[in-house]
Amino acid sequence: MLRLSKINKYYAVGSHRLHVLRDVDLEVGDGEMVAIMGASGSGKSTLLNILGILDRYDSGEYWLGDTLIRDLGEAQAARYRNQYIGFVFQSFNLLPFKTAVENVALPLYYQGVSRRVRNRTALQYLDKVGLADWADHRPAEMSGGQKQRVAIARALITKPRIVLADEPTGALDSKTSEEVMALFAEINATGMTVILVTHEADVAAKAGRTIRLRDGQVEPELLARAS
Amino acid sequence: MFSLDRWQEVLSTLARAKLRTALTAFAVAWGIFMLVFLLGMGRGLRKGAETRFADDASNSVWIFGGQTSQPYQGMPVGRRVQLTNADFDTVRALPAVEHVTGRYFPGSGRPFSGDRPARVGAKTQNFDVRAVHPDHLYLEKTLMRAGRYINAGDVVDKRKVAVIGIPVAQFFWGTTDVIGRSMLVGGVAFDVVGVFADDGGDDGETRMIYVPVSTAQLAWNGADRLNAILMTVGDGSVADTKTLITDMKRKLSERLRFNPDDPQAIRVRNNLEQYESFQKIFAIIEVFISFMGACTLFAGIIGVANIMIITVKERTREIGIRKALGAPPLSIITTILQESIFITAAAGYLGLVSGVGLLTGIAKLVPANDFFGEPQIDLRVAIYANVVLIVAGTLAGFFPAYAAARISPVEAMRDR
Repeated sequence: MLRLSKINKYYAVGSHRLHVLRDVDLEVGDGEMVAIMGASGSGKSTLLNILGILDRYDSGEYWLGDTLIRDLGEAQAARYRNQYIGFVFQSFNLLPFKTAVENVALPLYYQGVSRRVRNRTALQYLDKVGLADWADHRPAEMSGGQKQRVAIARALITKPRIVLADEPTGALDSKTSEEVMALFAEINATGMTVILVTHEADVAAKAGRTIRLRDGQVEPELLARAS
Repeated sequence: MFSLDRWQEVLSTLARAKLRTALTAFAVAWGIFMLVFLLGMGRGLRKGAETRFADDASNSVWIFGGQTSQPYQGMPVGRRVQLTNADFDTVRALPAVEHVTGRYFPGSGRPFSGDRPARVGAKTQNFDVRAVHPDHLYLEKTLMRAGRYINAGDVVDKRKVAVIGIPVAQFFWGTTDVIGRSMLVGGVAFDVVGVFADDGGDDGETRMIYVPVSTAQLAWNGADRLNAILMTVGDGSVADTKTLITDMKRKLSERLRFNPDDPQAIRVRNNLEQYESFQKIFAIIEVFISFMGACTLFAGIIGVANIMIITVKERTREIGIRKALGAPPLSIITTILQESIFITAAAGYLGLVSGVGLLTGIAKLVPANDFFGEPQIDLRVAIYANVVLIVAGTLAGFFPAYAAARISPVEAMRDR
C-alpha cells in the first residue's frame, strides 16, 4: 500500500541545515493500523506531513500504491491529497462558519461533485460517526469529541487509500479519546489503512503496529507486532 | 467563474465581514462616482461655453475700423480708418471667403449701437437695428421662422423691408404671423418680410430688426460707411485664416492707406482661432478632470487590494485547511479574484448609477444656460469605467490571491 525508502528531509535553520529525517524506511500494508510514536522533535510530524503530501522530502522514494509521490506540482499534490488521503488533526481544523454537513462535504467540492450529491453523501458519513442529528450545527456548538468525529467523517468521505491522524486524541479527555479510538478501530476493521501519530502509549496500543522515531530515525522494531 | 457553488462561497465570505465589505465597496463606489460626476460636470461646463459660441458662426472673422498706430505715406498716427462699401467689395473678392456681410449700425447715439425707435400704431419701443447684407444670415446663424431674409435684390434696390425677431413681432402684434405688416423704424416705413429666431438662444439677438444695408445707409445718413465686415472662411484651418487675414489687410490697406503691418489700423477678431483655443482649454480641463477622477478611483482600488490582503491573512488557516483537503492553487486564486472583482464591479456599478443619477437630477433642476449646459456622460466613458473596474478588481485581487496560493498548508494550519 505504502512504501518509504531512504527518505531524507532537511530543514534550513539559519545558516545550517537540520537533518530531520534520516534514511527512513517504512512499509505499511493494506488495511493496517499503524501508530507512529516519538518524542517531540523526533520528526514524527514531518514524517506524517510527507506521507500526507503536505511536505516534500529531499531524497529517497515514497510510493503510495503504485504512484511515486515525488516532485509534484502544487495542483497535482492537491489532487492526490484529495483522492488518496484523509486527514484528521489534533485541533480538528473544521471551518467554523460552516455546518457539520458542509464541513464533511468540503473535500467533494474540490472533486466537482454537485451540492446535492455532496450533502447527501456527507449526511451518510455523519450518520456513520453517529452525528446525523448534528448535521446543521456549527463546530462552535459541538464538544471536542463531536468535532473530531465530524473531522473523521470528512476524512472518510472521499474513500481515501489511507487515513492519517495527527494526535487525534491530543485535545480530548480520556473517555472521549477512547470513543474516538474505538471509531478508528471500527474504520480500520472495514479495511481502511490508518496511520496515526501519537505520544500516548495507550492510544498507540490500539494500533496493530507501533513505529518509534528517535532523532529522525526509525528504531528497530523490538516490540514488533504488539497486541 | 460561473459556478453557483463558487458564488455561494464568495457571497458567504463577503457576508461574514459585512462592515469591511461595505467600507471597501464604498471606497470603490466613491471613486467611480467622483469620476462620473466630475466628467459630467466638465461636459456641462463645456456645453455651456459652446452654446455661447453657437450664437455665431465659429469659423467667422470679424473686422472693424480702427485707428492707425504707425505713420504711413506721410500721414500721422491716430488717424481713424473707416470701412466702406468699397472695402466690402474688396473682401468679397478674396478667394477663401465663403460668406461675407457688412454691418452698419444706424444708431444715433453710442458707437456699435443700432438703437432706433420702432412704432406700430400707438406702440413705440427702441429696438436694435442692424443693416446687413444677405449673407448675414449665415454669420449670425439666424433661423428663419416665417417669410424670408434680406436678399440681394433688397440691397440693390434699397427696398424698405425688415426682418424682425420673434419678440419684436410679439411686442407689436402679439403674434408671429406678421408678414406684410408695416412698421415705422426710425421714422421710415418698412414692410415686414420675415420673422426669425437665433441659434444661440440669446434673447438679445432676437430683440432685433434687420434691414438692407443700402436702405439704412440712405435713410439714416450713413453714406457708404460700414461699422464692420463679417465673413466666414469655410472649413479652412487656423493657419489658413491667418493667411487670409494678412492677405485681406494688405488689400484693404491699398485703398484705406495704412501700413499693412499696423496692428491697430483695422481690428480683426478671428473666431476660429478663439474657438480652437477654447476647444484646447476644455480638452486640457477634461484630461485634468479624468486624471483626478482616476486618482480617486485608484485610491479605491488600493483600498480593495489592502482589504483583500487582510482578508487573505485572516483566512490563512482556512486556506491551509482547504489546501490540505485538496483545494488546488487555481481554485484558491480564482475564489479570491472573484471576490475582489465582484466587490469592485458591484460597488463600481453602484457608483456609476448614482453618479449618472445625480447628473440627471442636476440636468432636471438646472436649466441649460450660457455657463452650464446639460451635464452628461457618454456611453463610451461608462463602458471604459466598467472595463477599468474589472481590470482594477483583478489587479487588486491578484497579489493577495497569489499570496494565498503560496500559503503552505502545514504552516497555515498552525496559524491561530
